[in-house]
Amino acid sequence: MATLEQTGSPDDGHLGDGHRRRDFINIAAVSFAGVGAAAVVIPLVNQMNPSADVLALASIEVDISAIKAGQAIKTSWRKQPVFIRNLTPKEIAEANAVPVSTLRDPQTLQERTKEGKQNWLITLGVCTHLGCVPLGAGEGEAKGDFGGYFCPCHGSHYDTAARIRKGPAPLNLHVPDYAFKSDTVVQIG
Amino acid sequence: MSFPWAQHYAPKHPVTQWLDERLPLPRLVYNAVGAGYPVPRNLNYFWNFGVLAGAALGIQIITGIILAMHYAANGAIAFDSVESIMRDVNSGWLLRYAHANGASFFFIVVYLHIFRGLYYGSYKAPREMVWLLGVVIFLLMMATAFMGYVLPWGQMSFWGAQVITGFFSAIPVVGDPIRIWLLGGFAPDNAALNRFFSLHYLLPFVIAGVIILHIWSLHIPGSNNPTGVDVKGPQDTVPFHPYYTAKDGFGLGVFLIAFSTLLFFAPNLLGHPDNYIPANPLSTPAHIVPEWYFLPFYAILKAFTFNFLWIPAKLWGVMAMFGSILLLFFLPWIDSSPVRSTNYRPLYRWFFWMLVADVLALGYLGQAEPSTFVVFASQVCAAYYFAHFLIILPIVSRIERPLPLPNSITESVLHGEKAEAAPFGTQTA
Repeated sequence: MATLEQTGSPDDGHLGDGHRRRDFINIAAVSFAGVGAAAVVIPLVNQMNPSADVLALASIEVDISAIKAGQAIKTSWRKQPVFIRNLTPKEIAEANAVPVSTLRDPQTLQERTKEGKQNWLITLGVCTHLGCVPLGAGEGEAKGDFGGYFCPCHGSHYDTAARIRKGPAPLNLHVPDYAFKSDTVVQIG
Repeated sequence: MSFPWAQHYAPKHPVTQWLDERLPLPRLVYNAVGAGYPVPRNLNYFWNFGVLAGAALGIQIITGIILAMHYAANGAIAFDSVESIMRDVNSGWLLRYAHANGASFFFIVVYLHIFRGLYYGSYKAPREMVWLLGVVIFLLMMATAFMGYVLPWGQMSFWGAQVITGFFSAIPVVGDPIRIWLLGGFAPDNAALNRFFSLHYLLPFVIAGVIILHIWSLHIPGSNNPTGVDVKGPQDTVPFHPYYTAKDGFGLGVFLIAFSTLLFFAPNLLGHPDNYIPANPLSTPAHIVPEWYFLPFYAILKAFTFNFLWIPAKLWGVMAMFGSILLLFFLPWIDSSPVRSTNYRPLYRWFFWMLVADVLALGYLGQAEPSTFVVFASQVCAAYYFAHFLIILPIVSRIERPLPLPNSITESVLHGEKAEAAPFGTQTA
């Protein structure tokens, strides 16, 4: 005859140490469901990343032969503006006259340009504060207190080596990877 | 939950009785915004703004769903599709202007609603959860408004998206990957526009859901009132319907008159002309500012122009801007004064109005050109904003000697609040 005592016997799954086989099955099943749910999150998160067509952006080649000393052009690379500037000897001298240790993001003009092409300053036209396009590349635009670029959004001033000198931006304008194909053609990216 | 003397829903018609036994939805409405919800009898017109915010959300959802029928979330044609809504779609101009100005009015009434809560201590026990959910709604509103502003894909849309997603790049190490992940590219483009459209459609319904929680948590202790004194008995309350449905109805009429005035006579007053220029990733507008309702926070962001300790200026600005809102989550515990209504807090009253002036000043500075004076003034005002919550409020709530409170809402109503505010023993009944 089944009694209350008998239902508590090891026969119904108790392993004798207070755990039942069912406890193990419960934990295993819920854990595995958790692993499954975590796996499903991966594609849901990953779909947000740049898609293949956005990533498949070829590098661009730019003809710089028409840019005279003191002039600059804006071009577009990866949907972002790029400034190509032909520095005058005076601007180069100004950039080199600044003691590097006083800069927020210490870099020399030499480090930011190619050997023997120190007059060609090529940077992204994206302010390192919050991503606006600084002024200064176009004819007649404000160049800021240091003669380089000036971001109108929050008042960051860049010097003639596009280094941050004043305002909220933390870094110098980014120098993308580029190479001179010839004296007049530069490949960006 | 409600007060024990709340009127009970008792359907008389057989059909409503049949429905009540199967799906008591009319009972829910009766108890929430009908005669079954007792409300303090002394609410003033500042208590209209909750209902007005709900009405503004309704306007936004209805006009928004219709606009989505005519809008194309594609970077190549988004701008043109908005122009087609304005010129070609029947009544499209009205619906779009109503949606654009409706957002402004939603923020106007919500800001008044927030300052009402601040003045009358509606965030204090036992209504902390109402306040916390309200701050959540405010954050959701800001996200929704930002993403909606991107959709017309004009210059301000594009550069607003650029600047605001730029906030995330301030996070050390992982900032730039997060930004690229959010945008689905290196700069705002089609991918970003599409996901903003999707979320802009979703979030209003999330807001509606949180509003239900907001009202639910409000109805447990019941509404606060201008004296801040608890309801003591049936004589202190009146049923929500018809008393406050009528009062809110009048307020709604005034709100709609103001809304229509702007909508029909100055629909672009609060917008920026630059947003009628199609998005151009190669040219930032000379003077980029967000919509007016973000200006105080934008001023705080811009106030940080110098590195401090080991943290760069950019990260300080972003942290301060988010911190200025997140701080509100702690307000119920920062203000330890047991007196709710500022009417009875002579010292705090000064600082309340100082805060109002400070936020208005930040709003002005947010849209001003970043000259030396503007940056300095923003720094002072931003510092004061934080000082209000972190220094002034804890001290004031400890040292202040509040005025005597009325014994009950009814007494305050019958005696008039001026007489009631006089010290005990000197009252002239």
